[in-house]
Amino acid sequence: MHNDLTAVTSQMRAHIVEMLAAAGSGHPGGSLSATEIIASLYFKHMRVDPARPDWPERDRFVLGKGHAAPALYAALAMRGFFPEDELVTLRKLGSRLQGHPCRTDTPGVDMSTGSLGQGLSVANGMALAGRLDGLDYWVYCVMGDGEIQEGQVWEAAMSAAHYKLDHVIAFVDHNGLQIDGANDQVMGVEPIDDKFAAFGWHTQRIDGHDLAAIDAAIAAAKAEHGRPSVIVCDTVKGRGVSFMENVVDWHGVAPDAAQAEVALAEIRAGAPEGGRR
Amino acid sequence: MNSATREAYGAALAELGRTNPDVVALDADLAGSTKSATFGNAFPERFFDMGIAEADMIGTAAGLATCGKVPFASSFSVFATGRAFEQIRNSVCNADLNVKVVGSHAGPSCGADGSSHQAVEDIAIMRSLPRMTVVVPADDVEAYAATIALAEHEGPAYLRVARLASPTVHDEGYRFELGKADLLRDGDDVTIVACGMMVGRALEAAEALAAEGIGAQVLNMATVKPLDADALEACARKTGRVVTVEEGSVVGGLGTACCEALSERCPVPVRRIGMPDCFGTSGEGNELLDYFGLSASHICEVARELCK
Repeated sequence: MHNDLTAVTSQMRAHIVEMLAAAGSGHPGGSLSATEIIASLYFKHMRVDPARPDWPERDRFVLGKGHAAPALYAALAMRGFFPEDELVTLRKLGSRLQGHPCRTDTPGVDMSTGSLGQGLSVANGMALAGRLDGLDYWVYCVMGDGEIQEGQVWEAAMSAAHYKLDHVIAFVDHNGLQIDGANDQVMGVEPIDDKFAAFGWHTQRIDGHDLAAIDAAIAAAKAEHGRPSVIVCDTVKGRGVSFMENVVDWHGVAPDAAQAEVALAEIRAGAPEGGRR
Repeated sequence: MNSATREAYGAALAELGRTNPDVVALDADLAGSTKSATFGNAFPERFFDMGIAEADMIGTAAGLATCGKVPFASSFSVFATGRAFEQIRNSVCNADLNVKVVGSHAGPSCGADGSSHQAVEDIAIMRSLPRMTVVVPADDVEAYAATIALAEHEGPAYLRVARLASPTVHDEGYRFELGKADLLRDGDDVTIVACGMMVGRALEAAEALAAEGIGAQVLNMATVKPLDADALEACARKTGRVVTVEEGSVVGGLGTACCEALSERCPVPVRRIGMPDCFGTSGEGNELLDYFGLSASHICEVARELCK
């Protein structure tokens, strides 16, 4: 277990860049924007046991924005679910690490995702099962901001509130960008927190790269009774690599070897200040 | 006896509620019609009405299944398999989860609601999904047994049931086996392969053909996927002629599945009876079946022609 979460996020980012460079394809922008959220969950908040990925009492994680798989894989490997040197097999034939999460392939992946908008419903189902079984586990779901354009997200938002699923804690990784451009240009999603509030959710809005803010928000979410919680995280797409930050073209393009080298040097030196909100 | 397959599904689901604590049920505001309410009334804590939101229903069922539950998610067939198709593809089949999708009111026997509510494509699209099992029970006895069998079978499945009551063709002692066809009548001249309530009409047709001196086998292919190709091949080798009958589109359904198997194992002349690549319309259920040629007399006509 790593104790220094900032160091964990740097190592995760380095893995993300290396994996994507080795794969030659994939999604750096949204992996880097979700890094603090996923690091915080797997290294601080989630009750999981790498030796027993199917432990019934474990906390669950659903990566609605499945294209951020590199961030999830990095966390799972560093947490001990599978060897870290396996990360560079990402997206290759015979690898256990498909381009999007696959529960039947990868130890520690609780749900196969990748088709946007389906994760929150699954998280709700997990929470209903926990209630039926009298288990106290938490179910976390990380969605993208573009993802919440999918209608199913709002069906699930309605049912989570209807069934009072207070053990569902959702995050929206709001980096503002999606494949075709800025959310605002493609299909406006704001005000995200007001929308969830209108659906009956407890809402919080934080800086999604602020580890202390994430801690506090999770604590506040857990203290809520009788309704689900969403934490809207303002983030920077491509966070930690200066030339990727807030650049929409880095949604789904892997760095080449030279770009990866520059990126890794920056990550090792600490996150750049430029480009932050 | 002689009740609709959806009634038997509801009764079996309630029985599963008593015998298997992991069985849960979901519906999308049609519980009274799909008969999942029979379970819901007995086990309200294990029944989840998801409102008119089929995609969310299937995703929620998938989440329950990751935790070891055995969810039966019901709606009208059109909505269960069509509206939520991609959720079934990705959150259920690709994720290899033990979710049972149940589509009621399938086919034109759905009746007066008209074409918007009469699934003709459901067998084809469910059959196209890797890992999916597809079952179309012939009558209430088989629907009850198939529901119980699907709960014991680990993996995604689609169960197609009907709104309209139809004659019971199996006796109470019938033992349903998933993936096994059931030869209900033997004959030397032609094989009629049917599923769903078309099995009853196929038996009627075989009786009429016998009076004309044509010996027709009736093979009930309740499990459309995985198809019992061995049983089909054995029949085809014996009679050399096959007629398929289903209450759904001839594109991609039981008839197509039989042609696929026969073309590789035992190519014989085949005639497919079903919805001829068209949507349904309003009318009374039995009236519509006759209107679209899903009748004993039309089966006889086709079989007679094939035997010439």
